[in-house]
Amino acid sequence: MSRLYRIVIPFILKPLSVPGYPFMTLEFKNVVKRVGADIHIYDTSVEFKEEEFNILLGTTLAGKTTLMQLMAGLEKPTSGEIWFNGRDVTNVSVQKRNVSMVHQTFINYPNFNVFENIASPLRVAGVAKSEITIRVEQVADLLKLSPMLGRKPSELSGGQQQRTALARALVKDADMVLLDEPLANLDYKLREELRDELPRLFKGRGCTVVYATSEPAEALLLGGYTATVHEGRISQFGKTPEVYRQPANLRTARVFSDPPINAAAVQKQAGRFALNERVSWPANGRHADMPDGTYMMAIRPHHIAPVAHGANTVDVEGTVLVTELSGSESVVHFDIDDQTWISQAHGIHPLEIGARAQFHLDIGGAMFFDLDDKLVVA
Amino acid sequence: MTMAKVKWLAPTLYIVFLMLPIYWLLNMSFKTTNEILNTFSLWPNEFTTDNYVKIFTDPTWYNGYFNSLTYVIINTVISVTVALPAAYAFSRFRFLGDKHLFFWLLTNRMAPPAVFALPFFQLYSAVGLFDTPIAVALAHCLFNIPLAVWILEGFMSGVPKQLDETAYVDGYSFWRFFIRIFLPTIAAGIGVAMFFCFMFSWVELLLAKTLTSVAAKPIAATMTRTASTAGYELGLLAAAGTLTIVPGAFVIYFVRNYIAKGFALGRV
Repeated sequence: MSRLYRIVIPFILKPLSVPGYPFMTLEFKNVVKRVGADIHIYDTSVEFKEEEFNILLGTTLAGKTTLMQLMAGLEKPTSGEIWFNGRDVTNVSVQKRNVSMVHQTFINYPNFNVFENIASPLRVAGVAKSEITIRVEQVADLLKLSPMLGRKPSELSGGQQQRTALARALVKDADMVLLDEPLANLDYKLREELRDELPRLFKGRGCTVVYATSEPAEALLLGGYTATVHEGRISQFGKTPEVYRQPANLRTARVFSDPPINAAAVQKQAGRFALNERVSWPANGRHADMPDGTYMMAIRPHHIAPVAHGANTVDVEGTVLVTELSGSESVVHFDIDDQTWISQAHGIHPLEIGARAQFHLDIGGAMFFDLDDKLVVA
Repeated sequence: MTMAKVKWLAPTLYIVFLMLPIYWLLNMSFKTTNEILNTFSLWPNEFTTDNYVKIFTDPTWYNGYFNSLTYVIINTVISVTVALPAAYAFSRFRFLGDKHLFFWLLTNRMAPPAVFALPFFQLYSAVGLFDTPIAVALAHCLFNIPLAVWILEGFMSGVPKQLDETAYVDGYSFWRFFIRIFLPTIAAGIGVAMFFCFMFSWVELLLAKTLTSVAAKPIAATMTRTASTAGYELGLLAAAGTLTIVPGAFVIYFVRNYIAKGFALGRV
C-alpha cells in the first residue's frame, strides 16, 4: 500500500510543475513588501535553485524572516510575483504550497508528543496510518529521536526540540524547506553537530532549501548559494565562495564579514595608493591597471596582523583600543586618525591598551570599490 | 526569645483571623436557631443536621441552588465561547483602534452593575426574558466577557505567533489549528477564565435578584426572602451560606496552579 502511494502521489503532484523546468526553482519577480508606511522588502528579483543550500545572510531585522514568510505564503507581497517551478504562486495559500519551515525558537505542538508532532503534516494531508508510522519512524531514526517518540516537547532538551521540528519539516517531502536561523538558539556543540548533518539530510530529496543565518561563518560552512540581505534588499546573490571573495558592493562585503570588515577611503595617483599623508604604497599586480581616483578600500580583519606576513604588506601605526584574546587568535581594535580598525591574527598578541603599535595590512587581500559602490578589484 | 521562635505567630494569627468567620458560619449551621439566639458557644451543644436536611428536601431551597448554578454555567459557557475568538483577534492582529477597543472592554467593569439593573429589567421584561436563567446569564456577560477577553488575550499572547505559522505551513486550516492545537495549548488560560466567570457570576447578587422573581430565583434571593417570612431562621441561613461556598471551593481546585496568573490577567 505504502509503495503504491509513493508511486501514485508524485504522478498526482508533478503535473503542477511545467515541463521544461528540470530543476525546482523559486523566483521572486519585482517583489515589494510594505507594512503600513514602512517598506520591509524593496523591489527584489532573485531565483533560487534546487539541490543546493540557498542561504539568506543578513543581520537581525535585515528582512530575512519577511523574505521567508513571502516564500512560504504566510505573507502576500504588496506588489510583484512569486513563481515556483514555473507556476505563479503569488496568491496560492500557504496550506497549498507544500512547504515546511523551521524557526529559530524551537516551535513544536506542546500538546502532542514527539511522534504526533512529526506525524501532524501527514495526518493533515490524509496519509494512511500504516504509511505514517513507517515514515515517522524513518525520519526519527535519521534524527536520532527514536527513543523520545513518546515524550512531550517540554520534556526534551533544546537540541532535541529542534530535531523534532526538523523531523516534521523532513517527513512531508516538501517542495521547499525554509530554515529560519534554526541553529541560533542551540549551544555551540549541538550547533556544530547539526550543521554538519543538515546538508546531508536534505540532499537528494528534490527540494529547494532556503536557510537564513546571521553568521558569515555558517554561510561559508554550508556552501551552496548565498543571498546577502541588507536593510530589506538582496545586495547580491551567487555561489557562496564567490559572494565572499567578490562582493559586488561594500554593503555585501560588510554583511559577509565577522568581525566587521575594515573600510577606508584611499587615493590612487601616479601608480601609488595613499591612505593618508603618512601611509602610501605602490600599486602592484592587479591594482596597477586601476585608473587614478578615490576608492573605498575594504580589508578583512584577518588580512591585518600585528606581525608582518607575506610580501605585499603595508605598515600602519595605530593606538590599541581593545584586545580580545581567545585560545588561538587575537582580535585587536585599533585607531588610525579617529577611525577604528580591526585586526584578527593567529597566536596571542598581548598588546597594551592605549599603546602605539605597528599593524601590517596584507594589501593582496584588499578589495576596492568605486564611489558608486561597485567592486573594481578584489 | 528569638525571632525564630515566634516566626509561626504572625501567619497563625492571620489564618485564624481569616478562618474565624467561615468557622463561625459552619458552627452556626450545625446549631438550632434557639441555641444561636440564646447562648454563646464555640461549638454546637446540641449538634443537628436538620438545617441541611431541610435545604436538600425543600424545593424552595434546593431550587435556589439549581437556578443559580444554571445561570452561572450558561454565563460561563457564553462568556468564554464569545471571548475566545475576540481574544485571538486582539492577540494576533493589528487593526484600527484595537488598543482603544481593548481598553474600552475593561471599562465595562468600572461601573457598578447596579447601574444597569434598571435598563436590563425593562429590556428583558419587554422581550419576555424576565425571570429566566438566560436573563441573568446575559446580564452577567456585561462584566464577564471583558474579563474573559483580557485573561485569554494574556494567555494567548504568551504563545508565539510562529506556532500558528508552523501549523499553517504544515497544512492546517485555521479552524483545525485553532481547535486541535491552539485551544489545548492555552487550556490553563481557558480554565482560569472559566473560573473567574463562574466566581463573579456566582457572587453577583443585585442583577440576579432584580431580573428574577419566582421561576429563576437564585439562592441568595431565597436566603434573604426566607429570613423575612419565617422569622430569623439563623441555623438554616448559616447552612445555606455554608453550601454557597462549596461550588467555588470545588472549582478553584482545578485551577489552583494558575490562579495567580489569572489575577494578573494572564500577563506574568
